[in-house]
Formats: sequence, structure tokens, C-alpha cells
Amino acid sequence: MHPVVKTVLERLGLGLATLFFVSIIIFSAIEMLPGDFGQAILGQAALPETVAAFRQELGLDKPAYIRYFDWALGAIQGDLGTSFSGRNASGADRSAEVVDKIAPRLWNTLFLASMAALIAVPLSLILGILTALYHNSFFDRSVNTATLTTISFPEFFVAYILILFFASLNQIFPSLANVDPDTNFGERIYRTALPAFTLTLVIVAHMMRMTRAAIINLLASPYIQMAKLSGASQTEIILKHALPNAWAPIATVIAFNLAYLVVGVVVVEVVFVYPGVGQLMVDAVRTRDIPVVQGCALIFAVTYILLNLIADIIGIVTNPRLLHPK
Amino acid sequence: MKDKFIKAQQEKLTLGVIDRRQFMTSAIAAGIAIPTALSLASDAIAATPKKGGKFRMGLGHGSTTDTLDSGTSENHFTLVNGYTFGNHLTEINNEGKLVGELAETFESDDGKTWVFNLRKGVEFHNGKTMTSEDVLASYEHHMGEKSTSAAKGSLSPVKSIKADGKYKVIMELDSPDTDFPYIVSDYHISIRPAGDMTSGVGTGGYIVQSFEPGVKSVLKRNPNYWKEGAAHFDEVELLSIVDPNARQTALISGEIDAMDRVDLKTINLMKRNPNINIMQATGTAHYTFPMRLNVDPFGDYDLRMALKWAVDRQELVDKILLGYGAVGNDIPIGTANYFHNSDLPQREFDADKAAFHYKKSGHSGKIQLSAADAAFAGAVDAAQLMANSAKKAGIDIEVIREPNDGYWSNVWNNDAKGWCACYWGGRPAETMMFSAAYVAESKWNDTMWKTTDSAVKFNQLVKDARKELDESKKRDILYECQRLIYDDGGLLCPLFNSYVSANSKKIAHGKIAANWDSDGAKCVERWWFA
Repeated sequence: MHPVVKTVLERLGLGLATLFFVSIIIFSAIEMLPGDFGQAILGQAALPETVAAFRQELGLDKPAYIRYFDWALGAIQGDLGTSFSGRNASGADRSAEVVDKIAPRLWNTLFLASMAALIAVPLSLILGILTALYHNSFFDRSVNTATLTTISFPEFFVAYILILFFASLNQIFPSLANVDPDTNFGERIYRTALPAFTLTLVIVAHMMRMTRAAIINLLASPYIQMAKLSGASQTEIILKHALPNAWAPIATVIAFNLAYLVVGVVVVEVVFVYPGVGQLMVDAVRTRDIPVVQGCALIFAVTYILLNLIADIIGIVTNPRLLHPK
Repeated sequence: MKDKFIKAQQEKLTLGVIDRRQFMTSAIAAGIAIPTALSLASDAIAATPKKGGKFRMGLGHGSTTDTLDSGTSENHFTLVNGYTFGNHLTEINNEGKLVGELAETFESDDGKTWVFNLRKGVEFHNGKTMTSEDVLASYEHHMGEKSTSAAKGSLSPVKSIKADGKYKVIMELDSPDTDFPYIVSDYHISIRPAGDMTSGVGTGGYIVQSFEPGVKSVLKRNPNYWKEGAAHFDEVELLSIVDPNARQTALISGEIDAMDRVDLKTINLMKRNPNINIMQATGTAHYTFPMRLNVDPFGDYDLRMALKWAVDRQELVDKILLGYGAVGNDIPIGTANYFHNSDLPQREFDADKAAFHYKKSGHSGKIQLSAADAAFAGAVDAAQLMANSAKKAGIDIEVIREPNDGYWSNVWNNDAKGWCACYWGGRPAETMMFSAAYVAESKWNDTMWKTTDSAVKFNQLVKDARKELDESKKRDILYECQRLIYDDGGLLCPLFNSYVSANSKKIAHGKIAANWDSDGAKCVERWWFA
């Protein structure tokens, strides 16, 4: 078997094992949440009998390990269970499938994440390469200062500043990114512009600096010296000789930031009123909608594991030493 | 100068900051003859509603667990949405008066048997005509044995409900309650077509087009709406915008036309915007610090009295509510209630009286007060301020900061904590408020004021009040009830909070109701574009 295929399969197996442990951690963490679902959704005014009726109906009186296996087996088959909310005992049960609840939100989140990634990834790669090319120049220093400034502010602050300049003082973009499934593509891009810019400003520094550092690191290695001596131009050296060996660390950082775009943008969602999956999860925690919390957490875990796996694979296949084994 | 003053007063009148009487008084004081003043008041209020436009409102509530089933309605978003597409047997109008809605009239001879005469020719959004069958089904939805409706408790006095023909419903209560018609105006008890309690089909002024829990509700006007002079907008979009800053930015940049719950910290900046009106209504909502009589040392009358005198209420209004509210008088009934007892002297901070009662109680050492911002925004700060003012009277209050999570199960109404912070939305009728938290059999009796002589008398009087059909006799009884709580009860109620909302100046409306935020939560049906 080709060593690359072998490594990829190995990583895949490790990923699945990680997922299994993560699912146990998710389940136990949620078991430890204080409070009670019935009380949380029925509020201050709930009578104990009403709460008890709720608990029984939802099967919360069964032991934890049974509920874990029920849930895990369902999740493998793509069934994340039924949400706790929207039930009533007088016959009608309007509680939605967790998958149906998460899917439109996840689509929104992925859309915003892709928007931000499409701007941020090329931008940071280009900036990273350029700053490596002209390192220690005035250009290099000013780009570094600017990106470090934007990453240093909390994201809600960056968001409010953008709202102030682009929605409040000059009404160029809307401050509400309230899209719905009927919103057409162009409108969707227009509405999510400010949140995408905010996320871009927050993640560019990390990726750009890693690109720059990885390349500059390599510039000191003997084979680059060799290339230089053989008369290759600076651009050629960086793009043709340094970059292929720098892909692994860059891919890791990009994967990390993409994962962040999917799982960590709840603050931006709240500020721009964007119906993403982060908001759904926070709401679900607040109301103890356990199946939804578990579903979201599992999807987040899969996102992290998958993106890291891809980064690993990119690191392997772009590494000339692994590609051409002796 | 005078013109400017009158104009300002007119604006206040339309915003509900002052009432008609206050307007008249100030107009007459400014030297304007009564007939002129009267017409000035009408000018301000009686601008004729116009039809049309798309109304977009940002609400500070809403969650992904919301539904269109009124039985689980629990936040202001579901409340406003529910009142927009549904009707109830009765409603509280913008003057705070109870009137018939889907019940054209309602009557009772003894307070025990209530007859609701239904309006004829009312159509549901699905084309079905509303009859007694639908009312029965709707009530069954909230009263059934296994019902999880939040209205189950308030409908528990209903012993039987039956139809008499297509347009008459008779409800039999287990004991007389002359305020029962108030209960049926509750936002939980919406009338829906039999067999469909949850999909959002109602008889209201707007038809639900789409509903995305925690995001938005889109509605359009019901062309067959039965109510005269209501539902003026063509289209409505209710948006859940939980972040106050996002809500305010949306209003300022014109993306929404109205919003609830203005952040008081930035209200002065909002006021400077020439396109925005700020409205406030002080209703029945209040913040309380219930003392449990069955937990030491709150069983002692003098200790309770000492604490009631040891609070600087005005300071709390100024610092916690930033002036948007009113001082409470240790009764759960506010000035917006019809039978509010205004004869009781307003309690103020009095270090001497507090020290006198404290000494008489013989208590020494710390008194623990539990608070968390889950009770109300600023509850912990309010508790600290109370501890500070009590210190001046020689009373040592130790403020315990509790976690927000689980506050309503572990702290409030729990014998583990004798004294904590709480809020109440209030009730339109006095006996309803008493039944909710002050009568002995209530499960939410958070003061456990049950066994003192005054409490026993109070419980009897509340029963009498429910039976009383004569208004002046009822007034006497309810006044006495309030006096008993004021004097002996475990309730320390220092604040009545105002609902503060904002809207674009393009929006016009009549007098603003105070029973709920957003014009009694019926703004969508009542407002229009000027």
C-alpha cells in the first residue's frame, strides 16, 4: 500500500476513535448541567405536577447509560433524536426532529463561514507571502501591526465598530443579517457582508502570520541557499521551493480557523442577529433542550476532527519527502 | 412659549407619559379655556388611523424553542405574536378596561356561573366560522388532565364548561369569582379552531405566513378581520433581536419601525435622535424582595417592619431603574390597577422607625438576602443598595450573590433561603394577583404569609371580594386586603418598573396600554403609519 494511503487511513481511524470519546464527554457534560428542562421551559410559573408530566413524557427518568446508547446508535444512523421543545400532552406533538432544527441553521453558519473564508484565506495567504517576500520592510511592519490590532479586539467590538461606520453613520450595509430560506443569493451576500468582514478581521492575523513565519523559517535552510546560488529569483524561490514545504503548518492553521468559523461565532451571530447554529445551541442550553445541545456539540466535534484530518492529509501529500519515499 | 409647552404636553399625552386629566390640568394652568384644552387633547389623540405599510418590529425576546401553541407561550415575542394572529374571549383595552372580544358580552348572576355570548360571523384564517365548539376545544387544550399548558393553573377553578347552542358558552366555577372574565383575556388562552391548537390559525387581524422560532414571524393582514378600527398594516414582520445594541442600531438605521426594552444606559443617546420616540408605561409589573415568614427571623412582625422602613426606594428608582419606574408601597397592586389603594401612606426610608422596630424585634447579627440578576436586571445592585441604607439604621444585611442558573428552583420560593429578589408581571385584576402569590393555597406564595391573624383575615376577604358584585363594596374589601399586606405581609416591594420602548416617528397610535409592554402586547393590531 502506498504510504500516503496508509497514513490517511490511520488518521481516519484515529478520528473515529476521537469522535467516540468526544461523544461520551458531550453526553456526560450535559448530564452534569444543573437545572431541569421542564422548569426551564415552563418558567417561574411551572407547577411541580406539570414539570413531572414533562419529565416522564421525555423519558428523562431512564438511567443515563441507556439514554447514551439510544442516542449514540441513533446518531450513527444520522438520527439525532427529537427536540424537547414544542411538545404538549394534549395530543398534538409539534416537536421537531433535531436534524430538521439544525440543518437550516447549519446551512446559514456554513454560508457565513464560507463567505468569511473566501475573503480571509486568499487574503492572508497573499499577505503572508508578500510580507515574507519583503520582510522587515515598512510594508511588512504595517500589515503586521494592522492585523494584530484587529485580532486584539474582542469580536463584538470589531462588529460594533463596523456597524457604526457602515450601517449607522453611512448606511451602506444592513446591521441586521436576518436571512431566511427564501432570501435569494445576492441578497444573502449583501446581508451577511458585515458579519463576514468582522470574522475576516478576526482571523486574518493568525493565518497570515503563520504563512509568513513558515516561509521565513525555510528561507534560512540550505536547499534555499542552494536555489539562490543557482540563480533563482526571490519570487521563484518562495513560490516554487519554500511554499511546498510550508504547506503543512499553513494548512493546520487554516483548518483551525475554519473550524473556529463554524463553531465559535455565536457572539457575531448575536450582534448581527444572524440565525446560525451557535445561537441555536446557546438557546438550547438555556432551555435544556438536551437533544439539540448534543446534536450541535457532535456536529462541532465532527467539524474539528474533519478539518484537522484534511489539514493532516494536505500536510502529507504536499510534503515531497513523504510523496517520494525511497 | 405657551404654544411650545402645550405642544410638548400634547406629545407626552400621545406617548402615554401623562394622561388626559394631567394634560387638561397643565393646559388650564397655562391659561387655556377648558373647551379649547379638550379639543387640543383630542387633536393629539384622535388622529385617524390609516391603512397600509409594512410594520417591522424588533423584540428583545424569542428563542428557538418558541411555538405557535399559546399554551407554552412564555416570553414577550410569543405574547406579541399570539395577540397578533389570535383573539380571546375578552380583552383589556388600551384604557385598562376589560371588554368583550370574541365574546360579545359576558354575564353572571352569582359570580359562579359565567355565560359568554359569542360574536357571530367571526371566521378563522382557514375559513371556518368560529362557534362554541371551537371555544370548548380551545379550553380543553389548556384544562385537560395531561395538559402542559401554562394556563392550567389559572383555569383550575373552572369546574365544567359547556355549550348552549352555537354561540353561547357556559362556565361553572367551583367558587364565585367576579374577576373571572379577566382570566380569560390571558394570552395563553387563545381561541383556535377545534382540532388545530398549534399551527397558528386564529381569528386575529393578521395571518401567519411563516414562523421561524427565535428568528421571526411574518404575517399579513386578515382581509376578513371582524374588529373595527384595528389591524392597519398590510404586512408585519416581528423579529427576535435579543441583543439590545443590535435592536437599537436597527431602529436608528431604519431597519425596524419599533422596538421594545430600550437599554436604559443608552437611552439618552436614543432620545437625541430626531426620528425616534421613546415611550414609557408604568403598569402592573413590579420587583419584590419576599420575606418568608416560616424561615427565621422573618416570622417576626417588627423585623419585617424594620426592613420595610430601611429601604431607600427613591434611590432604587433612580439608580436601578434610572428613573424609569415608580416607588412601590409593599403592595403588589400598582397605580395602573383599578382598585389600587392610594390611601396607604407611601413608605419611605426612615432610619429611626427602622431602628425602633429592629430593636423591638430583638434580632442581632447578619440578615441574609439572596439575589441574582435572573430575578431582574440590577437585582444584585439593588440588594447592595438596600444593605447600605439598612446600615444607617443599624441593620446588618449580608447580600448573597446566587447563580442565575436554577435561581427559580433553588433560591426563589424555597425554604433554604428566607429572603430573596423576585419579579412579578402583575395581574390586571387585584384578586388575580392575590390568588397568584398571596392567598394561603397558592403554590407560588413566596412570602408564606398564611397563619398570622392578618393573613387569615386576608384570605377570607379575598374570597369575599371574589363573590362581591357591587363595585363600592368590592373596593372596600380590596382596599382592606392591600392594607393587610402593607402592614403585616412578608412582601417588600420597592419598585414598579416601567416598560420603556422606542419607535420611529412614522408610527402613530392612540393611548398606550400599560398592562403589558408594547401597548398591552397588542401594538401590531392597534398602531398604524401616520
